[in-house]
Amino acid sequence: MAVTAQKIRHEYLRHNKKFPHVWCPGCGNGIVMAALLRAIYRMEISKDDVVLASGIGCSGRMPTYLDFNTLHTTHGRALTFATGVKLAKPDLNVVAIMGDGDATAIGGNHFIHAARRNLNLTAIIINNSIYGMTGGQYSPTTPFGSTSTTSVYGHIEHDFSIAELAVTAGASFVARATVYHGELMDRLIEQAMRKRGFAVVEVISNCHVQYGRRNKLGGAVDMLTSFKENSITVSKAEKLSPEELEGKTTIGVLTDREMPISTEEYKKVRERASKTKGKI
Amino acid sequence: MFNQENKRLLLQGNEAIAYGALAAGCRFFAGYPITPATEISEMLATMLPQVGGTFVQMEDEIASMGAIIGASLAGEKTMTATSGPGFSLMQENLGYACIAEVPCVVVNVMRGGPSTGLPTCPSQGDVQMARWGTHGDHPIIVMAVSSVSDSFSITIKAFNLSEQYRVPVVLLSDEVVAHTRECVQLPDQKSIRVVDRIRPSVPPDWYKPYEGDNRGVPHMAAFGDGYRHHVTGLVHDEYGFPTQKPNEVQQFQNRLTKKITRGFSEIMMTKGFMLEDAEIAVIAYGSVARSALKAVEDARKQGVKVGLLQLITLFPFPRSHVSPLLEQCRAVLVPEMNMGQISREVQRVNQNKCVVAKHNRIDGQFITPNEIYAQLIKL
Repeated sequence: MAVTAQKIRHEYLRHNKKFPHVWCPGCGNGIVMAALLRAIYRMEISKDDVVLASGIGCSGRMPTYLDFNTLHTTHGRALTFATGVKLAKPDLNVVAIMGDGDATAIGGNHFIHAARRNLNLTAIIINNSIYGMTGGQYSPTTPFGSTSTTSVYGHIEHDFSIAELAVTAGASFVARATVYHGELMDRLIEQAMRKRGFAVVEVISNCHVQYGRRNKLGGAVDMLTSFKENSITVSKAEKLSPEELEGKTTIGVLTDREMPISTEEYKKVRERASKTKGKI
Repeated sequence: MFNQENKRLLLQGNEAIAYGALAAGCRFFAGYPITPATEISEMLATMLPQVGGTFVQMEDEIASMGAIIGASLAGEKTMTATSGPGFSLMQENLGYACIAEVPCVVVNVMRGGPSTGLPTCPSQGDVQMARWGTHGDHPIIVMAVSSVSDSFSITIKAFNLSEQYRVPVVLLSDEVVAHTRECVQLPDQKSIRVVDRIRPSVPPDWYKPYEGDNRGVPHMAAFGDGYRHHVTGLVHDEYGFPTQKPNEVQQFQNRLTKKITRGFSEIMMTKGFMLEDAEIAVIAYGSVARSALKAVEDARKQGVKVGLLQLITLFPFPRSHVSPLLEQCRAVLVPEMNMGQISREVQRVNQNKCVVAKHNRIDGQFITPNEIYAQLIKL
């Protein structure tokens, strides 16, 4: 394992990038990054064939460190750029890394439409319930009643369940993990990347600096421990009542379904169009 | 390729832009429906898949702009088309295309504004926005079309400049040009000059994605071609990685600006009509240039020594074409369907050399030759 980890680091971290990275000690982003790299390593995809797109925020910095074709876009727009890349070069493996605010506030419209459009893309959303980089403002996944720098008297809005949102919006594959469940996460990311269609992996992560501290949830270790204690697998959750599931995070594969992929469908459009050339 | 060579076609401006894009090598279009630009999307939704290209209708104009940048980075020539409200939404990612130096063409068929404004009426109200709409100092090229045949040929020039300088080009049309039908003869594809971005010739290990060549323009690898590199909207060094070091930031900003200033003579395009002995000149662009030409011809018949300078490139402002005219003439007239967005530029260049008169309409109505004529003879 240690040898593999070293090999992965050497293979996929950029040698010419000036480290250190921007993430705080104990941040979950590194765990997600490692899981993504393990998945790509196992899949034996050439680095030249991977495009990693991100938006803005702490998660947005991830591609900078990785030796792929990397695209650090504008806030919330990772999926729009990724859509252009994928449509132009359908053979590339395109992965979008986003945060909760990035993907479901400013990028919410792009997120649901990417799910509906069903390109063969992978979206990884690191959900830490807060805008971390800007200093701890409430996001679309900040729980009701918690505090942030813009809800100092208690948050009065309700939070999105990102994975369930993706299911409803029509994604082909939807899964959820937490940063405590590192190995589950890399398996889910691998499954998502192998999936033919729009695949979403929501990862519940910790921002102990901007969210945990203000809400008295302890440090990184405490938050990871609570992820462990409060998570329940999809299969176990099916046997429980809504009351019993209150406060629990469902992890595992929520949806895995076969649907026409728009890049494949567009090939058919081209065939139909070529027959009409000069007529329309 | 499109097979309309040597055919006379009755086209509207919007359709001619679509033909021009295909002739220039555009193979990717992303857009969102909006009056009066929608026909461009409709044409390309039909024609792009016929030639192996890709059309996608996105969820909004922000996404359209993102998609054309993504596809351009993957190696395609790309375009989107919109009107004022959509152009407002595109400003965010237009800035991204400027800083990350992603070639693409953005068509704005201008309608009356602000906001929803006058959706079916012509306007030239977005001229300064095309130049300065996205935040921060940035280089950009803005061009204007005045006729259906222009809509074809200037679209090709827009793509060429965009590829050559790795800069987004905003192509301004207006509702009158967009929806006027004229008979045009499209040139043979072989006779069209098409410019492609320069790809790196060094091995991948040596590739510095943001190192300018002797023109200040970095060579551009496509994603998937083995030149793995980083693209960001943050200010970056020659390797594409974010930097805040003042010397690197300054060097980067200078190169962005200078790659355009170095190309001034090639980028600045105008057309002169009857200017040789002119004592009065009209400076006009877009559909208004058509009215201006008629007014100038009418005035010439009355013995008035007047000519027309039609601006094709609006930004960088063609100072070197305008300045000698201001020396030569005792007065210039700048008719515009806005409150004076280009006359301001003319005045900036003028510095009291001659009289700069304006004629402005913002009531959603087209400026007629008679109106311009009436203004001309007063000068």
